[in-house]
Amino acid sequence: MGEMQELSTFWFVTFGAVKVVAVFTVVMVVVAYMTLAERRVSAFIQDRLGPNRVGPFGLLQPIADGLKNIIKEETMPGTAAKFYFVLGPALAIMPAVVTFAVIPFAAPLPTPVGTVDMIVADVPIGILYILALSSLAVYGIVLSGWASNNKYAFLGGLRASAQMISYEVALGLSVIAVLLLAGNVTLTEMVWKQQQLGLWFVFPLSLAFIFFLISALAETNRLPFDMPEAESELITGYHTEYSAMKFSMFFIAEYAHVVTASALMATLFFGGWDIPFWPGDDMFRHEGAWIRGFDESGAPIPTTPSVLITLLTLGAFSAKTGFFLLLYIWIRWTLPRFRYDQVMHLGWKVLLPAALGYIMLIAGTMLVLDQLGVTYGMLYGLVLTAVSGVTTLAFLFFVDRDRVISGAHRKRTPRAGVTRPVAGTGGRPTSS
Amino acid sequence: MAISVKVMRRPEAGRTSYMRATLKGMSLTFRHMVRPTKVTLEYPEEQPELSPRWRGTHRMEVHADGRPKCVACGLCPTVCPANCIRLVGGEDDQGNRYPIVYEIDEFRCIFCGMCQEVCPVEAIHVGQHFENAEYGRDRFVYDLDRLMEQDHPTTLLWDPSDPRSE
Repeated sequence: MGEMQELSTFWFVTFGAVKVVAVFTVVMVVVAYMTLAERRVSAFIQDRLGPNRVGPFGLLQPIADGLKNIIKEETMPGTAAKFYFVLGPALAIMPAVVTFAVIPFAAPLPTPVGTVDMIVADVPIGILYILALSSLAVYGIVLSGWASNNKYAFLGGLRASAQMISYEVALGLSVIAVLLLAGNVTLTEMVWKQQQLGLWFVFPLSLAFIFFLISALAETNRLPFDMPEAESELITGYHTEYSAMKFSMFFIAEYAHVVTASALMATLFFGGWDIPFWPGDDMFRHEGAWIRGFDESGAPIPTTPSVLITLLTLGAFSAKTGFFLLLYIWIRWTLPRFRYDQVMHLGWKVLLPAALGYIMLIAGTMLVLDQLGVTYGMLYGLVLTAVSGVTTLAFLFFVDRDRVISGAHRKRTPRAGVTRPVAGTGGRPTSS
Repeated sequence: MAISVKVMRRPEAGRTSYMRATLKGMSLTFRHMVRPTKVTLEYPEEQPELSPRWRGTHRMEVHADGRPKCVACGLCPTVCPANCIRLVGGEDDQGNRYPIVYEIDEFRCIFCGMCQEVCPVEAIHVGQHFENAEYGRDRFVYDLDRLMEQDHPTTLLWDPSDPRSE
């Protein structure tokens, strides 16, 4: 019981290859059906029907779309920088599809030849790998925007570079809070730490989750932060000049980013593949054995991986990721687009200082708890939850009602008691 | 009638809660997402309900023996504001006038229905029908045989004593 049989090199490589193919296929299928879900859900939100002609409920629509994009004509603007124009979509899609590799998607699977980790590559740098690669995505966008030799594409590329770099800062800082609590950068261990805490990190790190959600929306160029595309302003921004499969690759890249960001949110803040209120699925490699946790005296409690648990946890992970995918669509079809300066203002003047302050707060609280000798567990989590909850409410209070951020027409509004805009005068203060 | 101007008052600074507005919007879209109001008519499967006064494709009424009811009086080409009716009248042995050529160009027609209103023998009608797509432009000039073949319901004329067709 609990003894671990390591995979031989042959099986490690074989299972690795199988996992690469399987994960890539699943991500691509999810991306394809995300495009359908986006169109269907947006249609429902707007009281329309959406694509429902190809197959039952339009389920074959992504195949029809793919086929259409492959056989369509590839246009090449005469004045484009040809090499970079072709390189752009490739650079955009590559980081999008490889980032999923370090996300654990289920509990380890037992096989006759050993236990297989349900993660493509359990690299020790985990989240750093994701941050490093996802920041490469901006190159594809900037390059294609520039190489198109089109002013709208160029503006889209410019906006993308500014926005994605700005929000990477907030994204990274919100992740630091998670790193503080997890004490490690591998995502496998983050899941384990959440199981040990008995609380998903969304509770003790609620504000970090809000920052991460906002930054992830901005990083994936989704509404309300789709500045690089901004249909009403820039046609479609950086991919204006692209057609057929090259356009499709940007599309796939965007949705692959969305899928990865959703999976990441589920992993970092919602326990990954952890099934709530059930310690039976907790599983971690500890000194050559599978353990479920530690008892009172600190001795490890052994556990055995099972196929059933793997399947259940895979379901839990899919459900959480699916929720965030739906949230992405839901937000997109609800909120209007921010103005560009508002995006920058929010990123640099609100999220960055707030995230820095929050890191200090979490680090301080953890230091105090450690000094008081509180062990890592439910009480530890609840104290952090209380501190974070108060901070979150305070943050939401201060950013609300024009206290920190406001619309353009508020810029010159005088303080109370001086003059107020009067209705019917077009917003101008009365002369009296 | 007096012009009523609705002055939209912008809420004063600090009076609107963005958080509440956002959540309100999210809940509104969620309600529509889970229970969409059905407004789309899935056209080829579902047919629209046409008004009894819908003016569409023309048709020519025929006698029981298959002759057109038209007496080639020439009123419809005269009244037609789009000048889309071509009529060449003839006379048979008994002195009955009949149309030798009767053509309506459905492209020129503006479907005002005045030909139907002016017709003294209730021969030419506009109908409650709109599915008249064709593969070529030449197919849109309807000749007499084609007009007589149409079998869709004809349009109800506007009755001044019952202006809403109730």
